[in-house]
Amino acid sequence: MTTDRPETGSMPPADAAGGARPPPAGPWRRALQGLASSRTAVLSGLGLVLIVLATVLAPVYAKHVAQTDPFRSGLSAKILIDGKRSPVMERSTEGLGLGVTPIGPTWGPKYFLGADNQGRDVAARLLYGGQNSLIIAGAATLLCLVCAAVIGIVAGYAGGRVDTVLSNLIDMIWAFPVYLLAISLSIVMLGKTFEIGPIHISSSSLVVPIIIIGLVYVPYVARPVRGRVIAITNSDFVLAARGLGIRPSRILWRHILPNVATTLIVFAPMLMALNIVTESSLSFLSVGVQAPNASWGTILQDGQALLYSRPVVSMAPGIAIMVTVMLLNLFGDVLRDILDPKSVRGR
Amino acid sequence: MLAVILSRLARMVVVMVGISVITFLIFFATPGADPAARIAGRNAAPETVTAVRHDFGLDRPIWVQYGVMMRKMFVTGDLTSFVNRGQKIVPTLTAAAPVTLSLVAGAAVLWMALGAATGIIAAAFKDRLPDKILMGVSMMAVAMPVFWVGEMVNLVTQSRLHDTWAFSWVPPLGYVPLSESPARWFLALVFPWITLSFLYIGLYGRMLRTGIIETYQEDYIRTARAKGLTARRVLLKHATRAAIIPVVIMFGMDFGVLVGGAAVLTEVVFGLNGVGRLTYQALKVLDLPMIMAAVLYASFFVVLANAVVDLLCILIDPRLRRK
Repeated sequence: MTTDRPETGSMPPADAAGGARPPPAGPWRRALQGLASSRTAVLSGLGLVLIVLATVLAPVYAKHVAQTDPFRSGLSAKILIDGKRSPVMERSTEGLGLGVTPIGPTWGPKYFLGADNQGRDVAARLLYGGQNSLIIAGAATLLCLVCAAVIGIVAGYAGGRVDTVLSNLIDMIWAFPVYLLAISLSIVMLGKTFEIGPIHISSSSLVVPIIIIGLVYVPYVARPVRGRVIAITNSDFVLAARGLGIRPSRILWRHILPNVATTLIVFAPMLMALNIVTESSLSFLSVGVQAPNASWGTILQDGQALLYSRPVVSMAPGIAIMVTVMLLNLFGDVLRDILDPKSVRGR
Repeated sequence: MLAVILSRLARMVVVMVGISVITFLIFFATPGADPAARIAGRNAAPETVTAVRHDFGLDRPIWVQYGVMMRKMFVTGDLTSFVNRGQKIVPTLTAAAPVTLSLVAGAAVLWMALGAATGIIAAAFKDRLPDKILMGVSMMAVAMPVFWVGEMVNLVTQSRLHDTWAFSWVPPLGYVPLSESPARWFLALVFPWITLSFLYIGLYGRMLRTGIIETYQEDYIRTARAKGLTARRVLLKHATRAAIIPVVIMFGMDFGVLVGGAAVLTEVVFGLNGVGRLTYQALKVLDLPMIMAAVLYASFFVVLANAVVDLLCILIDPRLRRK
C-alpha cells in the first residue's frame, strides 16, 4: 500500500482554524491509489481488458477477417491456400483412408487455428466462446457474492437459532464435491424449460450454467462473510453505536455492510477465475453450455475427439483459460494485499 | 474427551443424513423432475410411465421411497440399478473405490511432499529468484483446468512422443489392479498422479509460503531467533510447524472430496473407472439408486476426512490440546 500522503488537490479544504493536515483519504480511494501504483495490478488489469475487448469484437472478426459463420457447419466448404483450393474437411490419409480430418491451422485470416469436426472456424469460435465463458463466469460471480453476502450477514447478525440452521446448511453443501453437485443440478435443470412467473428460461440458455456455477461456491464465501460479520458485530465501535441507540438497520447498513464489502471484493477476482475453470469443466463433461452456444469448455470438448490429429483445437481454449485465470489471480492477489489488513505485504 | 468424540460422531451422522435427504430431494422432488418419465424413456406412452411408476415404487409417498432406499442400501444391501436392471449397486461401488483410492492417495503423497517443499523453499528465498520461479509455476498450475493438463499429457505421452525413448514405457490408458501387478499398477498411474497433483502443488505451495511469511512476524519466532537457533531450525521447526496447520485442514477437505468422486475429470481423461466416473455416468443416465449411493459414499469420506483433520491438528499444534 502507498505510504505517501494522498494528494491534497482533490481533498476537501484543510481545516483553516487548526491549520491541520487534510483528512486522510478514505479507504476506497487509498485502495484505488494502491492499485494504480502496482505494476502487476495495472498490467494484469490491462491484459484482462484486452481479452474482454477481443471477445467483444468476435462478430467483427468472424465477419470481416474469417468471413464465416462460426455457428454453421461447413463440411463441404473449400478455401484458397497458396492459390490452391482445398476442402476444409481433408480426406484422411492414414489407415484405410476413410473419414475426414478437419483442416489444420492455416495461420492465415481464414481458419487461422483450423477447423473443428463440423468444419467451423476454431479461431472465430474461440472468440465467441470467450464471450460466453466470461459472461457466465462474471454473472455467476455476482450471483454467488450476493447470495453469500445475504446468507453470511443474516447468519452472522441474527445469530442464535437462525445462525445454527444456516451454518449447518452451509456445512452440508460444503460436504458435497462441487463438481458432483454442479453435475447433479445441471442434469436436473437441463433439457427442460422453466416458467417462473413471466420469466421464461429455455434449457439451452446461458442462465442455467450461470445459476449452477453461481450457487455451488456460495458456502466458500458465505463462511468467511459470516465470520467477519460476527467479528464486526462484537467490535467496540458497533457496541458503541448500539449504546448510542442507533437502529439495528442503520448499524447494518453503515457499519457492517462496508466492512463486509471488502471481503466480497477480495473474493471477486478469485471466484471469477474459479468460475471460468468450473464452466470449462462442466462444458467438457457436456453438462454446461449447450449447443449451439459455444464456450471455451465446449470447444475443449469438440477438441477431445481431435486431440491426436488436430491438437490445436484443444490447446487454444486451454491456453485462453490459463492466461485469463492467471491474470485474474495476479490482479486478485494485489487486491487482497491492499484491502485485507491482515495480509503481510499490505503492511 | 469422550464427550467430544461422541458429539463429533453425532454431528457426522446428522450431516450425512442431511446430505442424503438433499440429494434425494434434488432428484425425486424437484418440480418437473419425474423419475418415472426418465426411466420410461423419451417418448413413452402415459400407460408405460404409470406402469414404470408403480413398478419402481415411485407412486408411494416420498418419505416411504426414501426409507425403502436407505434400507436396501444399508440393511439388506440388495439395492439394484434403475437403468441396468440386475446390476447391484453396492458391489459396483466397492469395485470402483480402489481405483479412485489409488489415484488420489498417490497424488496426495506427491502433492503434499512437493507442495510443502515449494512453500518452504519459496518462503526461505522470499522475493529472490527461486521464490519467483516457484510462485510463477504455481500460478500456472492453479490456472490450468485439470482435464486440459491431462489431455496435454496424453498428447505428449500417448501420441506425439510415445515412440521415443522418453515415453515408450507409458502403458495405454486404463487401470491395472495392484493385486494383479504392482509394477504395472504404478506405471499406469504415474501420469494421472502427476496431472492430479499439479494443481494442488501450486495451491498448497502458495498457501504455505504465505503462512510461513506471516508466522515470521510472530513474537515466538523473534524469541527463537534471539536464543540463537539457526535460521534453518527456526524455519522448519517453528515457522513451518505453525504455518502447516491450515494446509493440513485444506488437505483433509481436498482428500475427502477427491476420494468421494471429485477426481472425475482426471478419471475421465485417463480412462480410469473410478467412483467419480461411475457417479458421472450414473448422473448422465439418471440412475437414481447409484447416484444416492455414490453421493452418500462421497459424503462419508468428506465427513470422515474432516474428523481426522481435527485430530491431526491437535497432534501438530500443542496449543489446541489444552481446550
